[in-house]
Amino acid sequence: MGGSGSRLSKELLAEYQDLTFLTKQEILLREVLDNETGSERFGDCLRQHSEAHRRFCELLPQEQRSVESSLRAQVPFEQILSLPELKANPFKERICRVFSTSPAKDSLSFEDFLDLLSVFSDTATPDIKSHYAFRIFDFDDDGTLNREDLSRLVNCLTGEGEDTRLSASEMKQLIDNILEESDIDRDGTINLSEFQHVISRSPDFASSFKIVL
Amino acid sequence: MEKKIEVLKEAKKFVSENEGALGKGKGKRWFAFKMMMAKKWAKFLRDFENFKAACVPWENKIKAIESQFGSSVASYFLFLRWMYGVNMVLFILTFSLIMLPEYLWGLPYGSLPRKTVPRAEEASAANFGVLYDFNGLAQYSVLFYGYYDNKRTIGWMNFRLPLSYFLVGIMCIGYSFLVVLKAMTKNIGDDGGGDDNTFNFSWKVFTSWDYLIGNPETADNKFNSITMNFKEAITEEKAAQVEENVHLIRFLRFLANFFVFLTLGGSGYLIFWAVKRSQEFAQQDPDTLGWWEKNEMNMVMSLLGMFCPTLFDLFAELEDYHPLIALKWLLGRIFALLLGNLYVFILALMDEINNKIEEEKLVKANITLWEANMIKAYNASFSENSTGPPFFVHPADVPRGPCWETMVGQEFVRLTVSDVLTTYVTILIGDFLRACFVRFCNYCWCWDLEYGYPSYTEFDISGNVLALIFNQGMIWMGSFFAPSLPGINILRLHTSMYFQCWAVMCCNVPEARVFKASRSNNFYLGMLLLILFLSTMPVLYMIVSLPPSFDCGPFSGKNRMFEVIGETLEHDFPSWMAKILRQLSNPGLVIAVILVMILAIYYLNATAKGQKAANLDLKKKMKMQALENKMRNKKMAAARAGGRYVYVCNVCNFSFSFSFFLSFFFFFAFSPLDGEWHYCREQVIPQSLPSTFLALLRHHIQGIWLFSSGRKKREMKMWAYKLGSSDF
Repeated sequence: MGGSGSRLSKELLAEYQDLTFLTKQEILLREVLDNETGSERFGDCLRQHSEAHRRFCELLPQEQRSVESSLRAQVPFEQILSLPELKANPFKERICRVFSTSPAKDSLSFEDFLDLLSVFSDTATPDIKSHYAFRIFDFDDDGTLNREDLSRLVNCLTGEGEDTRLSASEMKQLIDNILEESDIDRDGTINLSEFQHVISRSPDFASSFKIVL
Repeated sequence: MEKKIEVLKEAKKFVSENEGALGKGKGKRWFAFKMMMAKKWAKFLRDFENFKAACVPWENKIKAIESQFGSSVASYFLFLRWMYGVNMVLFILTFSLIMLPEYLWGLPYGSLPRKTVPRAEEASAANFGVLYDFNGLAQYSVLFYGYYDNKRTIGWMNFRLPLSYFLVGIMCIGYSFLVVLKAMTKNIGDDGGGDDNTFNFSWKVFTSWDYLIGNPETADNKFNSITMNFKEAITEEKAAQVEENVHLIRFLRFLANFFVFLTLGGSGYLIFWAVKRSQEFAQQDPDTLGWWEKNEMNMVMSLLGMFCPTLFDLFAELEDYHPLIALKWLLGRIFALLLGNLYVFILALMDEINNKIEEEKLVKANITLWEANMIKAYNASFSENSTGPPFFVHPADVPRGPCWETMVGQEFVRLTVSDVLTTYVTILIGDFLRACFVRFCNYCWCWDLEYGYPSYTEFDISGNVLALIFNQGMIWMGSFFAPSLPGINILRLHTSMYFQCWAVMCCNVPEARVFKASRSNNFYLGMLLLILFLSTMPVLYMIVSLPPSFDCGPFSGKNRMFEVIGETLEHDFPSWMAKILRQLSNPGLVIAVILVMILAIYYLNATAKGQKAANLDLKKKMKMQALENKMRNKKMAAARAGGRYVYVCNVCNFSFSFSFFLSFFFFFAFSPLDGEWHYCREQVIPQSLPSTFLALLRHHIQGIWLFSSGRKKREMKMWAYKLGSSDF
């Protein structure tokens, strides 16, 4: 019997299941819930959600680990960023910020966490993934990727060291090339539809934009 | 998420209410029943999907490798797992439809000459050395072709073994083709039409990070490789192609290719020579041969496969290509090497087969003589008494014909086994011992072993994938003659998975240059398809044109192996079916079918081309539409705001206001070089006339420079300006 209180109720699980893309089976939990009558597409999502819930509860302090309070608890970003899957990711703060629904945008609830996993799962459609990728790359949250956003994006990708960063002229050249390729209406920014158009032609995107617990 | 949950709850309530309401009236019970069955069916499908996902093995291992090494190394293991699945199906087919029936219902060992070890070899039949060579007891068992009897049906169920043998062989090939093609078409769908260079930089920036990476060291490597990628791409884009010393480069490349051809020719000759020598050794007494002589053939092939790629790498230094292109050349050369080796091996084998077929004729003649002698002697000894015991010769004493099919099967099995051993030994020595050496001797060595020369090995993806593909080719070739081969391969892949996973995690470091795996996936599958095609050609040739041995195997006694089909049609099917099938194999009909298929291919090709062209057209239209929209927006904004007339150069977003009269002059004088000029009203800060004049001049000079420097063509359109027209 798993001890960390991951007994989500059937109805709640079924609802989550309907709303997220987490339909694949993940790492198995040893709990098996009895009588599955009543909720239909139940078993497959059960394990994935249970695993997600288990990992989420590990981030909470001890007193909040029961089922009810874990669903309402908000985990601050430092805890989320300590997850091994996110630790090495250069976009970790942006990811947390995009999926957070708290007013101060500094913590994730369990449902936000599920949203995150759902978008990054294997079975999410490329549309959803590109939509969220756009939001993650939009550093100033203004709905378009302008030169500032792009240069911050490139700096994230080239790492922290001074010797790996691009020089100013290289950066300008790179951003000019990007805008020339993707900016169809030539307004100096990339909006969501242009971004989705670029991403939809890429063969690597769906397989690399994936996080698996 | 909370909003979504509320909406979902409402929707569910609504649907459940309406479901009940819909059922009112006559068809209520039937409707409810249908609904329930649909729900149950959906649930069953979902459970089945679960079960399938749960059955997928090694998920954790691969995930661990993914997070440490990135997706390209993990793609090798995914490929391995997929191969395991394909081989599992082949194994199930051959085991359950060939080996098991023969074992259960066929005559046991020792009952027929073909199923017994000859008297001469009996003494050594159970020695390990002999068994390891797949002679002796291993040869006269269900593992090889020669054991099977040619009776039309066996057992109480009347299982038609020869027919099953033939059909399973064909089905294995057909299934392999289907599965490889399916995988390839799925990957093409993911490819998105192959727009390789249109979005080069955008893709590099938006899609190059691998979100599966969880290891900081790998992440660092990834950062470095991304940075290098950017810098390379930028310099490539910027720098004009300076052709420095074309002739030297061409000469060096020619030289490198020449060396490569020499190596390929040398390796081909070596293999041919080794096969000839192994034939000589086969004539000699086995006890006089050492281990090397016995296994020379296989060792030569494996060693060549190990060392020649490093030679190719060396020669590639002369060539000075871009790394990606150099990788493609290297892969192509290794592929040619392995293919050449395989085909030389097959040629040598064909030589031997022909020898054996010649031998058969002699042996046949001998056997008839021997039989006649035996019968004469027997009759002579019982000439007085007519009720003697029946004529009986122990099966082990009957002289045997040479069985070329078993020989072929044995060769392939031996090759596979020695390949496996070579791979494992290479990994142990090359990776593990080297890692131990670097790790432990680093303390007492002059230079830093970890960064300097030996250092830890990187996982060689392409080499491993090619080895896997060629091994599979050998399996496909040999499994018709040795039904046990898929089973041996299953064992091999299973242990390989665990062993290589351990070796990768323990001894290898992540690559410095991290290449994306996905686009090369179709490349590897393409090679697999090619190998499948090339390896089934010899088998089909042998089935169709070589006569089967007269005293071993399920087709013995027939003229050709495929005659078993004709026989089945005659005996087991009603006569009208045989007539129909005979009509179907009419040459005219076959030619017509081939023509139809050619036409279909041509039509589909033309459709695909047309759709690509339509795609490009739509893209252009999209661009034009976006431009038009923007201009219309500007016009509307100006019309709403009121103001002076302006010119807007759409290409460079340069706009300036000008008075109505002077606009004519400047339009006609200067307009040809820039893009579209439009009338539109725009709220503009009034500028002084000289400054706008100078600005216009500067702008046009810029336009001239851009145009003449050969940069991308801008669309040159002259719009007739509308004087006071009503659309704005």
